[in-house]
Amino acid sequence: MTDTAPRELPLQELDEVIIRFAGDSGDGMQLTGDQFTSISAALGNDLATLPEFPAEIRAPQGTLAGVSAFQVRISDFAITTPGDAPTVLVVMNPAALKAQLHNLVQGGAIIVNTDAFTERNIEKAGYKSNPLDDGTLDNYRNYPVPMGQITRDAVAEHGVKPRDAERSKNFFALGLISWMYTRPVEPTMEFINTKFRGKELVIKANEAAFKAGYNFGETAEIFEAHYEIKPAPLASGEYTNVNGNTALAWGLVAAGVLARLPTFLGSYPITPASDILHELSTMKNFGVRTFQAEDEIAAAASAVGAAFGGALAFTTTSGPGLALKGETLGLAVSLELPMVIVDVQRGGPSTGLPTKPEQADLLMAMYGRHSESPMPIVAAKSPSHCFDAAIEACRIALKYRTPVMLLSDNALANSSEPWLLPDVDSLPDIGVDFQTEFNGTNEDGDGIYLPYLRDEETLARPWAIPGTPGLMHRVGGIEKEDGSGNISYDPENHQKMVNVRQAKVDGIDVPDVEVMGDQDADFCFLSWGSTWGAVDAATARLQKAGHKVAYVHLVHLNPFPSNLGEVLGKFKKVLCPEMNAGQLDKLVRAKYLIDVQGAHKMNGVPYTTAEIEAAALETLRV
Amino acid sequence: MTDTSTRTGPADWATDQEVRWCPGCGDYSILTAMRMLMPELDVDREKTVFVSGIGCAARFPYYMNTYGMHGIHGRAPAIASGLAMARPDLDIWVIGGDGDMLSIGGNHLIHALRRNVNLKVLMFNNMIYGLTKGQFSPTSETGKVTKSSPMGSLDHPFNPISIALGAEATFVARTHDMDRKHMMETFRRAHEHKGASFVEVFQNCNVFNDGAWEGITKKQNRDANLIQLHHGQPIKFGAEGEFGVIIDNGSAKVVSVSDVAESSLLVHDENKEDPSTAFMLSRLARGPFEPTPVGIFRAVERTEYAASATQQLAVAQDQKGPGDLAAILRSRGTWTV
Repeated sequence: MTDTAPRELPLQELDEVIIRFAGDSGDGMQLTGDQFTSISAALGNDLATLPEFPAEIRAPQGTLAGVSAFQVRISDFAITTPGDAPTVLVVMNPAALKAQLHNLVQGGAIIVNTDAFTERNIEKAGYKSNPLDDGTLDNYRNYPVPMGQITRDAVAEHGVKPRDAERSKNFFALGLISWMYTRPVEPTMEFINTKFRGKELVIKANEAAFKAGYNFGETAEIFEAHYEIKPAPLASGEYTNVNGNTALAWGLVAAGVLARLPTFLGSYPITPASDILHELSTMKNFGVRTFQAEDEIAAAASAVGAAFGGALAFTTTSGPGLALKGETLGLAVSLELPMVIVDVQRGGPSTGLPTKPEQADLLMAMYGRHSESPMPIVAAKSPSHCFDAAIEACRIALKYRTPVMLLSDNALANSSEPWLLPDVDSLPDIGVDFQTEFNGTNEDGDGIYLPYLRDEETLARPWAIPGTPGLMHRVGGIEKEDGSGNISYDPENHQKMVNVRQAKVDGIDVPDVEVMGDQDADFCFLSWGSTWGAVDAATARLQKAGHKVAYVHLVHLNPFPSNLGEVLGKFKKVLCPEMNAGQLDKLVRAKYLIDVQGAHKMNGVPYTTAEIEAAALETLRV
Repeated sequence: MTDTSTRTGPADWATDQEVRWCPGCGDYSILTAMRMLMPELDVDREKTVFVSGIGCAARFPYYMNTYGMHGIHGRAPAIASGLAMARPDLDIWVIGGDGDMLSIGGNHLIHALRRNVNLKVLMFNNMIYGLTKGQFSPTSETGKVTKSSPMGSLDHPFNPISIALGAEATFVARTHDMDRKHMMETFRRAHEHKGASFVEVFQNCNVFNDGAWEGITKKQNRDANLIQLHHGQPIKFGAEGEFGVIIDNGSAKVVSVSDVAESSLLVHDENKEDPSTAFMLSRLARGPFEPTPVGIFRAVERTEYAASATQQLAVAQDQKGPGDLAAILRSRGTWTV
């Protein structure tokens, strides 16, 4: 080729693309994916992401165990999931190819860093021969790019050592993909300058690598086209891109503001909940007190203590930690103090799959304490919904003076989506009053304080905090006399207290469920938590294919919305897809005697739309 | 509804709840000492909180007319740490027994102590499980025959003072239930201390381990077997002060004063930053049958935990301004559609 004039590649319009970046944990794939997401968000696309990383901090380089991936779906229409399967796979080494190729759709594009395909790396990944030329990639569109070499050449002029230069190759990949999907250059330049402020050499290297990638796409003559994805028709307003853990942390802090209460978090580090602790620890200017406790039990216990002192108290954890907190949460139930327990669910049992999602803690949230120990449960359905769910959990906790379980999972925690920012002034006031006056009289007619004298409507007990003159009182885990709160082993009183604790939770004001989709359908999905996105998308697909389909999604798992039984009873078939072996279906069957069918998946990967669709079709056929 | 604690007497600090310890239990005298001490302290009942775990000692909060929480087994120091973090203005006492604090709750105790949370931790040590009816505890002597150890306990006992010092508690003391004046004085000092105070109280369980401390706390044995620690004074004991303590080859050792020069006696320094000497003193007695120090082992100053946490909030507000919800939601960048 002697023609040096810039080629005019055709610009094709796409309605969506699903890209998966995959490399070694040290290759910066999460950063690359995050930045591509940010640029696309700013362009007005709808999007959803799904990060996937190993449980090990740095698994041996080049091995399958060390592969880190980030899937992002961008579209010109509204979406609720990160997509079932990537259409483009960017792989930085043979291990990433080996680990991820099966995810790629047939005929999908592979952009591969050929420099990493050395004999040693190929062997480490478990390939017998080089997959780039042994027919492994025959069913895909293969774009081999020597990313390492071009990056080294591009950054050499800035005096970067070859070993350090290699580190910039994720920016080369980002540049190439940015060109391919016509993303602007400027936001990434700004990002590099902010992210690496003070490290001039790193800034120069990353800028050079990004530009090299961008230019490579334009000039290398291996691509047939580049693509455009127009903005999605999103509701107008101001958006940010948020993941579930961040939204949840912000929701907890917002609840403190909305309740005009100081907030307290007792937590012990655990994957995948630690980021909530991290985020709240940076928000001390909101008066948030964070306490990294010595263990999970102390984390919960400290929250109980803080709640007794008048703080809006939280404890955050994942399944193994929730198991440890069980006894302490029983105390919180007995003390009838407001607090929120966050469980970011992960695969189990035991250590299980710390970095993979599951929805298998529902029954533990419901019943995981000894004796009759009812606790309200709220579950978030999408990354941004974690914000609302956190406020709702706090609202219930405060209004009814009860610990509340807030369920998230690893699919929500680290996935992100555009979030239309709420008007802060329109958020609900969830404040409650502390008790400051006597609420009873003794035999002599003197005023006294009765810590278990309940509000007739909510059955909540008064909340008098230390420092309040005259209202000194003692609470404890031993059964208490209704009203006075004094120790009581009286049989009738215990029966009464068991009943009233249950009645209080049963009486919580929970909004009715809405039927989504076809109101006159015979078939209805029942979902909770993070499966919402895939259920919503599957409903749309099934409707498109001519089926009548509805779905009901539960945010409140305890108590259930009061119209749930009636609503579900109208459908001939109800299918409940869950990332567990059947938990919500058990609860619904037990309560309403409705023949809910379960669809179950427990492989550590969120439900895809296609899987839900297939499960529905099977149920529809029967 | 004003609470004028300046005019309270012991009865004002008592609740109307019937005290349910066994008749003759050492806990009664500790409760009396506490009720008598409180009016002497410059504190309000509504600003005072007693937090406990589970066990006989843990019933204590029900009997004090203050705010109180009877928690769950072992977790009182953790519950109280959260309360102290949320409410640095409160005066918080933590009450528990040897099983509660050193067995199921051992972890919480050492962490509350090393953090120096502003808590006054009183551990009633009776060397037995009382409420569960008489199993050996983590302070029971090896070989102890109980229902759960019919052939004798195999466990080596903890030394609570050594543990507290090992956790670098800033205030460590010991007293016993047969000496109300000594208890009151020790609790008073614990109260004055800023940060975590740990007080071991030798306490008699007259049902399951009666007389366990008699060898040192019974009136006729005290002169010979209780070593009163006084800050700044040579450590001497005995009816005539005929015995003393020296440091010999890295250990504390009891000597006859007549055998050594008076100047070689160890001068007690409770403010000594290095806990090593206090630790040596804690190792003097192997059990309640030989000379045992009581009083204040250690009282040093270190920044209190909740105060530091509060200071961080102030610094964060100085640096970032007060929390702005609308701003935080926009802190990761936004775009407009």
